[in-house]
Amino acid sequence: MATTVTHLKAQLGDDAPVSRATRDAPWVRWSLTAVALLFLAGFLLLPLAAVFTEALRKGLGVYFCALIDADALAAIRLTLLAAAISVPANVVFGVAAAWAITKFHFRGKNVLITLIDLPFAVSPVISGLIYVLVFGLQGWMGQYMNAEHPWLPWFQQWLVGQDFKIIFAVPGIVLATTFVTFPFVARELIPLMQAQGSDEEYAAVTLGASGWQIFRRVTLPNIKWGLFYGVILCNARAMGEFGAVSVVSGHIRGETNTIPLHVEILYNEYNFTAAFAMASLLALLAIFTLVLKSVIEWRYALSHKS
Amino acid sequence: MGFTLTYLSLIVLVPLAAAFIKTSGMTWDAFVEAVASPRVMASYRVSFGISLLAGLVNAFFGLIVAWVLVRYPFPGKRIVDAIVDLPFALPTAVAGIALTAIYARNGWAGFLEPLWGGVVAPDGHVVHNGFVQYLGSIFPGVNWGEWLGLKIAFDRPGIFIALTFIGLPFVVRTLQPVLEELEPEFEEASATLGATRWQTMHKVIFPQLLPALITGFTLSFARALGEYGSVVFIAGNQPLHSEITPLLIITKLEQYDYQGATAIAVVLLVTSFTLLLLINLLQNWTRRHQRA
Repeated sequence: MATTVTHLKAQLGDDAPVSRATRDAPWVRWSLTAVALLFLAGFLLLPLAAVFTEALRKGLGVYFCALIDADALAAIRLTLLAAAISVPANVVFGVAAAWAITKFHFRGKNVLITLIDLPFAVSPVISGLIYVLVFGLQGWMGQYMNAEHPWLPWFQQWLVGQDFKIIFAVPGIVLATTFVTFPFVARELIPLMQAQGSDEEYAAVTLGASGWQIFRRVTLPNIKWGLFYGVILCNARAMGEFGAVSVVSGHIRGETNTIPLHVEILYNEYNFTAAFAMASLLALLAIFTLVLKSVIEWRYALSHKS
Repeated sequence: MGFTLTYLSLIVLVPLAAAFIKTSGMTWDAFVEAVASPRVMASYRVSFGISLLAGLVNAFFGLIVAWVLVRYPFPGKRIVDAIVDLPFALPTAVAGIALTAIYARNGWAGFLEPLWGGVVAPDGHVVHNGFVQYLGSIFPGVNWGEWLGLKIAFDRPGIFIALTFIGLPFVVRTLQPVLEELEPEFEEASATLGATRWQTMHKVIFPQLLPALITGFTLSFARALGEYGSVVFIAGNQPLHSEITPLLIITKLEQYDYQGATAIAVVLLVTSFTLLLLINLLQNWTRRHQRA
């Protein structure tokens, strides 16, 4: 069928009815392209432009002043810290999960994949809420700390003695961030490793490689672009997460505010320029992420072709 | 393997279970009271209604965008393709304040105001009556100012815009791979059998895209249901009118009504799990259907 049509095309030239029938008329093509581009410009580019114009409205001086404000710097530090803990944790988990799912056979594999995807289906607000339920003062941990006859008394004493707080403190922010960014790496790696199969790993085993050697020399080079891709998406979400972190943070200025939360506080104080200045940092991160992502896709396509 | 399961349980399963266990401690009446009070019902109407609308708009425009990106060559295509993912990469709070800046009354879209509201010259001479008044004279009885989104930010149309923004990539990204794999032979065969281009589009191409389109729509709908960050800035958040369900959870938390908040959360969780299940069923069905 295909060859016949191609053959016909070759005989009849490019303007043959067959070719015309699989292509759209120019007016259709142009109007659809125009609709698509206008829609994207209106919905995506306009907000992006708005962030930078609003941030720079009062000039560069005010812009940089807003960025080096002590609370702003604290927010930036906390955001970096949360990302620096949750991203590596999820990378390790993502690789382990993808490895377990693609290289071994066991029952309930599909259930496991669905469970890994769960955090994507959960509203960010609920992600925060469930941590409050577990670790908050009213929650399981709070009940444990106040219990009269606790299980493992020394552990309770230690917890109380440490004055250890999770909710409305930094550990809660890190946990919530880890939850919402949980699936990114695993999700990128699972289809990739499924497509690649285990042949190369088997070959390595027959050549006498140890498990770690196989991973480092065979698997890792094969998945490096997919892994990198997962990491940058995970990182973008970790730094920008708002809903979940907002529930567990407690909003203490300079202590438990991440950049997105600081944006909200500044905005609600009608300090618009400063809010947009902080927002512009996150917008730059988003642009940077998109650029890296395109570059990786391009590199991957290149390495795939050769 | 063991590590995977432990980590999964600690970070995801145990906290999620906490929500269900917390509500199981409530009596049935208390649960109904918490999830079906007028204010909560109103928030479901706002959340579900506007998410549905945003999902449909995204399905329509997403189809066009995906089609254009896969089929038509144009300059700057790579950049456009990358920009589609912007709502994934841009933090929701940033999207929220940016959209508010555009659609607030004195914002960027303020130049549209004379078009709706009319223009009166300084000497009192009416230059232009505004569409709202025209429409009002043709179809009286409807508050056209409200309907047309005269007030976009701090009201329902604002929620719609924010939810459309965040859901857009889902439709495009689910359709793109399917469109790329569509074989031109089908279209060629259809053409050789005498079908017009429109017939081919709607009888040959569209049915093959439909499962992906529904999946994309459902994903964007599910995401819109849970969205919080971008909406709170633009919605105005009036109880019973423009208050979304996730915001209500936060409000209850701030009043230390943990049970009430958790009960609503359970309703939302069950809804999104059902949607997820439907998508999985749909995908399994398509796979079997296409193989047969």
